[in-house]
Amino acid sequence: MKMKRYELAVIGAGPAGLCAAIEAANAGMQVVVFDENAKPGGQLFKQIHKFFGSKEHGAKIRGFRIGQQLLAQAKEAGVEVMLDSVVMGIFDCNELTVMHNDATHHYKADNIVIATGAMENAIPFDGWTLPGVIGAGAAQTLMNLHGVQPGSRVLMLGSGNVGLVVSFQLLQAGVQVAAVVDAAPRVGGYGVHAAKLARTGVPFYLSHTVVKAEGEDHVTAAVIAQVNEKFEPIPGTEKRFEVDTICLAVGLSPMSQLAAMAGCEMAEKGGRAPVVDQYGQTSVPGIFAAGDVAGIEEASSAMITGRITGASAAHRSGYLDDEAFAARTQELRASLGQLHEGMFSPANKGRNDLTVTDEGIMLSQSLLHKGYMEDGEIERFPGAGAVHTVGIHPVIECSQNIPCNPCQDACRFGCIQVGDHITNLPSVNQAAKCVGCGVCVANCSGQAIFLVDESIGDGAASVTLPYEFWPLPAVGDQGTALNRAGKPVCKAEVVNVRQAAAMDGTALLTMKVPKEYAMTARFFKKEEA
Amino acid sequence: MSQILDRNMDIGPFVPQPDDDLIICRCEEITKGEIRQAIHDGMFTMNEIKRYLRAGMGLCQGKTCGRQVKGILARELGMSPAQIDDCTPRSPNRPAEMRVLGNEVDKV
Repeated sequence: MKMKRYELAVIGAGPAGLCAAIEAANAGMQVVVFDENAKPGGQLFKQIHKFFGSKEHGAKIRGFRIGQQLLAQAKEAGVEVMLDSVVMGIFDCNELTVMHNDATHHYKADNIVIATGAMENAIPFDGWTLPGVIGAGAAQTLMNLHGVQPGSRVLMLGSGNVGLVVSFQLLQAGVQVAAVVDAAPRVGGYGVHAAKLARTGVPFYLSHTVVKAEGEDHVTAAVIAQVNEKFEPIPGTEKRFEVDTICLAVGLSPMSQLAAMAGCEMAEKGGRAPVVDQYGQTSVPGIFAAGDVAGIEEASSAMITGRITGASAAHRSGYLDDEAFAARTQELRASLGQLHEGMFSPANKGRNDLTVTDEGIMLSQSLLHKGYMEDGEIERFPGAGAVHTVGIHPVIECSQNIPCNPCQDACRFGCIQVGDHITNLPSVNQAAKCVGCGVCVANCSGQAIFLVDESIGDGAASVTLPYEFWPLPAVGDQGTALNRAGKPVCKAEVVNVRQAAAMDGTALLTMKVPKEYAMTARFFKKEEA
Repeated sequence: MSQILDRNMDIGPFVPQPDDDLIICRCEEITKGEIRQAIHDGMFTMNEIKRYLRAGMGLCQGKTCGRQVKGILARELGMSPAQIDDCTPRSPNRPAEMRVLGNEVDKV
């Protein structure tokens, strides 16, 4: 049997796999990447939202653009990407069998990086096999890759970042979101993701679960019920929603079968995953694992662990000397360390006893339980700045320690400070003068920055908000201002709509509201014609 | 991680549950009751349940139901799912037609 040989074979062309391949190829290795899909990029091309982190993590860049950048880098580095190529097995001495074009191909690799990602969890309930019960990833595939609405009205199960981000994308695609439901007592994802949904009027049901999908040949309604401490539904608390789609965002499991097949030592990490050291090396010499397959995180960390394994393979094969390898991995681990900080860090996973921020400020319990901050709560956070100050000024509704800082770089007048620690809450420097350019509003991946001006006269105030729904309202449009809970509070008129290439699809909508609503009006709803 | 199972472990009698007719393995249409019954018949590992019932042998190869079957097994045995090993993964890792397996490319 003749086998084609590579110095590195990467399994999976998602963020981790592509980064491993680029890193190794740039060090001089001959690299092939296998992916079972027809297109490379893994989940990146479904991610139409702006990423978090710092500049070096690709913050404020939309996920699919990061995918495009990685493909270009891989091409430039000379990485061979084989699509529609299913790795069927890993055998002794790093032999791979690959299904491609209805044939079985054999490969041998000095090093293998397993970057197969994760699969979506499902939960069974009465009626869960009806058409219309789908995974959140499937909803994203339909909407963001194929331009198809998954349904007309959706109930989202799961309030982690996946559930929150996909719910927002459903709204953007013109699909109604009836509710976000989670059995946990607290919103699992970032507060800013929850807040941008809540202010459009999406209700949150925490400590609730789906008990039934109704329908004959497809979903016509979902029944949810409150759960007790043991997560058992409490009879008599049922609520019914007429929906045609139930979307499941109840976690991911590592797709680690190939690692187990290769004989890697496995451990329980929310599903079996290969044990890896700080260089991504598994228990089998020459086999590395990166990204979600080695433990569920998110795309930004997957890209860094991918780079680390690429460097490790290059070091193992002699393309990086000890010194260069140590320097590179130290740099990458520092970058990964930044993403592992804050209240959503791996170390804090599952904790629900956090009550204050790192700065010692009381967290918003309303945000954690209902998805939005109550009126008057933002004022205690440093991003609120001086409330009722004269002139236009930013109000940063960022109240949790998450690893993200593009707002700091956005303001060239130094209005916004995060500081050296990436998870610090942003604070508004009241000595600096805001010119109302709105770059911070567009740059905030959490859509949590507003510009407020209470001194426009006529007893009115202007509120500028990030707006990502199409068609965009026009200047002069009349409508209703909604508060953070998505409840109508007053009449509003659109006085400005700004777009710019640098804002990458985030429009700045300025609405005029009565002055007393300057700190409560947070969304614009156009009057139905 | 996995522990050696006591095959004589008394897991009590099979008691019907109201949701026993809930389908767990969609590909092979295996219900929760069938899986619970199999455990009471002595199938104490994921591999045994798979071979006894075909749960996890369909198109998705257990990617949807594997976690559920493990949860049911853990509850019946009074263990944590973390203590139960997955099914042994074998090549082919994805469903493959015989004509693919029989069509080996012998050139570089």
